[in-house]
Amino acid sequence: MYDVAIIGAGVTGCAIARELSRWALDILVLEREEDVCCGTSKANSAIIHAGYDAKPGSRKARFNVEGNAMMDTLARELDFPFVRNGSLVLCFDEAQLPKLQALAERGRQNGVPGLRIVTGPEMKALEPALSDQVKALLYCPTGGIVCPFLMTVALAENAFVNGAGFRFHTTVTGLSPCTEQTGWQLVTKEGERFEARCVVNAAGVYADAIHNLVCPDRLSITPRRGEYQLLDKKAGNLVSHTLFQLPGKMGKGVLVTPTVHGNLLVGPTAENLSDKEAVNTTAEGLSEVMEKGSLSVPSLPYNMTITSFAGLRASEAGGDFVIGEANGAPGFFDCAGIESPGLSSAPAIGRYLAEQIAARLGAAPRENFQPCRKGIPCVAQASPEQLRALLSEDASYGTVVCRCETVTEGEIRNAIRRPLGARSLDGVKRRVRAGMGRCQAGFCSPRVMELLEQELGLDPLSVSKHGKGSELLAGRTREENP
Amino acid sequence: MKKIYDVIVIGGGPAGLAAAVAVRQQPDTDVLILERDSELGGILNQCIHNGFGLHTFREELTGPEYAARFIRQAQELKIPCKLRTMVLDLSRTPEGLLLVTAMNREDGLVQLPARAVILAMGCRERPRGALNLPGFRPAGIYTAGTAQRLVNMEGLLPGKEVVILGSGDIGLIMARRMTLEGARVKAVAELMPYSGGLQRNIVQCLEDFDIPLKLSHTVVDIQGKDRVTAVTLAQVGPERKPIPGTEETIPCDTLLLSCGLIPENELSSRLGVDLSPVTGGPQVNESLETSVPGVFACGNVLHVHDLVDYVSEEAARAGAQAAAYAREQGNASLPSAAVPAVPLIPAGGVRYTVPQLVRPARMEDTLPVRFRAGRVFENCLLSVWADDVCILRQPKRKLAPGEMQQFNLKKSALPADLKAITVKVEEA
Repeated sequence: MYDVAIIGAGVTGCAIARELSRWALDILVLEREEDVCCGTSKANSAIIHAGYDAKPGSRKARFNVEGNAMMDTLARELDFPFVRNGSLVLCFDEAQLPKLQALAERGRQNGVPGLRIVTGPEMKALEPALSDQVKALLYCPTGGIVCPFLMTVALAENAFVNGAGFRFHTTVTGLSPCTEQTGWQLVTKEGERFEARCVVNAAGVYADAIHNLVCPDRLSITPRRGEYQLLDKKAGNLVSHTLFQLPGKMGKGVLVTPTVHGNLLVGPTAENLSDKEAVNTTAEGLSEVMEKGSLSVPSLPYNMTITSFAGLRASEAGGDFVIGEANGAPGFFDCAGIESPGLSSAPAIGRYLAEQIAARLGAAPRENFQPCRKGIPCVAQASPEQLRALLSEDASYGTVVCRCETVTEGEIRNAIRRPLGARSLDGVKRRVRAGMGRCQAGFCSPRVMELLEQELGLDPLSVSKHGKGSELLAGRTREENP
Repeated sequence: MKKIYDVIVIGGGPAGLAAAVAVRQQPDTDVLILERDSELGGILNQCIHNGFGLHTFREELTGPEYAARFIRQAQELKIPCKLRTMVLDLSRTPEGLLLVTAMNREDGLVQLPARAVILAMGCRERPRGALNLPGFRPAGIYTAGTAQRLVNMEGLLPGKEVVILGSGDIGLIMARRMTLEGARVKAVAELMPYSGGLQRNIVQCLEDFDIPLKLSHTVVDIQGKDRVTAVTLAQVGPERKPIPGTEETIPCDTLLLSCGLIPENELSSRLGVDLSPVTGGPQVNESLETSVPGVFACGNVLHVHDLVDYVSEEAARAGAQAAAYAREQGNASLPSAAVPAVPLIPAGGVRYTVPQLVRPARMEDTLPVRFRAGRVFENCLLSVWADDVCILRQPKRKLAPGEMQQFNLKKSALPADLKAITVKVEEA
């Protein structure tokens, strides 16, 4: 019997696993996909929100502000990219100024530092590409941007190194109290059974289904789709802050933000759906993103779009995060309805739930807990001195495989070899950015496929884009397969 | 003292090879080829179909055979080359030399000074994201060139039931290639009302295999979460917007994209080379020299070509000019001051010309000027004007955007006080 089973290896599941691994507990993370960070965590705005948005007193407000404050230390300990670039909330209509002021006031109540309303020429001084239609803005210096893939991967790797187990392609479909002892039995679609004293439900858009297996009070999660456009790094310097639009006549608005890797991201739309797998983009959604984005920055060069994507937010009917031990299900902890600001809140949610669970299980701190993790060296960002040092250690960091993002063979092999390493083309892409650039893997995918074959001992035909069912090839040519 | 190369060629595909050979054929000029792949020849290596070299060698060669002719010349001339070598940066030293920063496994990070540099990095394919195609993002979506590499170089088949978007030449060639490998190509959809590929490829690759070409069609949805299960095509109206009600869903496991090539000029931009918004390549003068002195460009990095024979011819000129530049660099008696240049202006149906500038004082008696038409014209006239005087008028039976055109500009036809040369298509 495990001490804790965590359902879901998204950013919150991995944050909980990492914080729980500070304790001498036997932890198992169960994930239905082939890798960590495959659901909502991989397709979002990649923003660390300041925390002015949520209603004071709500769990969203609390965990957002706490999580934001934890990010500097976390990013340093776990070596993932995080930048406090500051965010701006744009007001396009003088009649809406009271709403902007109310937002500032709400932020102060939530404990967000440094908020300030800016008008006049200072607005363009902050952000030269800003639309002339902006009448005032709320400046939030603690807003930030992060790489959600590397943040999740880093949390997971660190949890793993500190003893947490991970099972992929493992979909929990049944959950019931153990008959002979205190604890829970988990049954998977793949036919396995696991037992754990405590269960954490971090199942994203499916957290309601898991919760409703054991709790009399029901949860209801609506998948709310958000579509995005990602622009070439050539457009990455167009803005330096994250630009939000004050909700107004045109609806909730979209954001325009640089990413930590230097691209420009525009989105999301907000569309309530019933299908929890509908991560497809739509012509309407993509046009909406473009139209609304241009309101903030009229010069947005959409002809530099390199890709578009959609993610599903897990929106719970109560409107707030559902976090903590569920009523009538002792040892079953919810972490549900983690929509925005979920990424920002994940570190604080992880700490909070880990403390609760550790207390419940009477756990002792883990001896030799290793809080730090070193990421994969990044050749594209290395100084000439760093690069020479790296090359003297391993010459394969001198062979560029992805030309658009300057990703080398050494980085890709490292991404596959390390703990919880990449198993697919997308797994490599999320860890080292091979295929993330302007040609979108046109040149490097055959080469990355070959490296996956070599490192994992795979047959070429079983190399996949993102796990079982997404195999990249259909066969061999006649000459190879007479 | 560190070796200074006369000319460094970035890229060892057809352009880089022909350029390097032309440099080395000049007396006492040395040259180095930097190639990112593991062998010379570039994309020709995966183009195993024939039809290459009709102009250059009066023979029909396959891509690898065509490349081999130039690789042999480079070997005979003992041109050094560094393979698996990625150029990371291009800059200028305080002494005015060009500095190429490159990296490979053997040498690590190196800085190589040169008097002149030839850009021959080729182009990339426009990916799905840049086309704004809505739908899921499953396995089974490839650019035609990636599929070509997998099939022809790795012996791997990307799919068995195929829809192709875009009728560029690689897409047409791959329609035939996939069919020959036993796949079923169900349709080739083309957004424009005409194909972007060569007429001979439409006949030999589609018509001969009964593959339907759906002009004025695009992809409006991609289905399948893990692997493509179907794509939906729709007809587009005059503004290239899908017409509701014309959707047709085609079950398939693969979508190939052949929707245009983009010259790869990220490196050129780092040095401040001015690019043409139309070609995506550097703006060059009659010597194929970019806006940065000593930096020359040729092949698909300059503008996308239809035939490799034209690439080789253009690259040879760039090589000769770069060699001449490198010699002048070492000869202080030659004037290096700016020579007056006049623009070549594309008008009335001409999308662009290469070169975009001419320095009459530097041009040879005859200068080949290449251009592409903006749409399909039939029975029209091509006219070239020196200011308001017509200096050339040629009847053209057909001009299509997919086929590169050429005329020869005669130095003798240019007046002394020339301001601009205009190139246009006149309809009958």
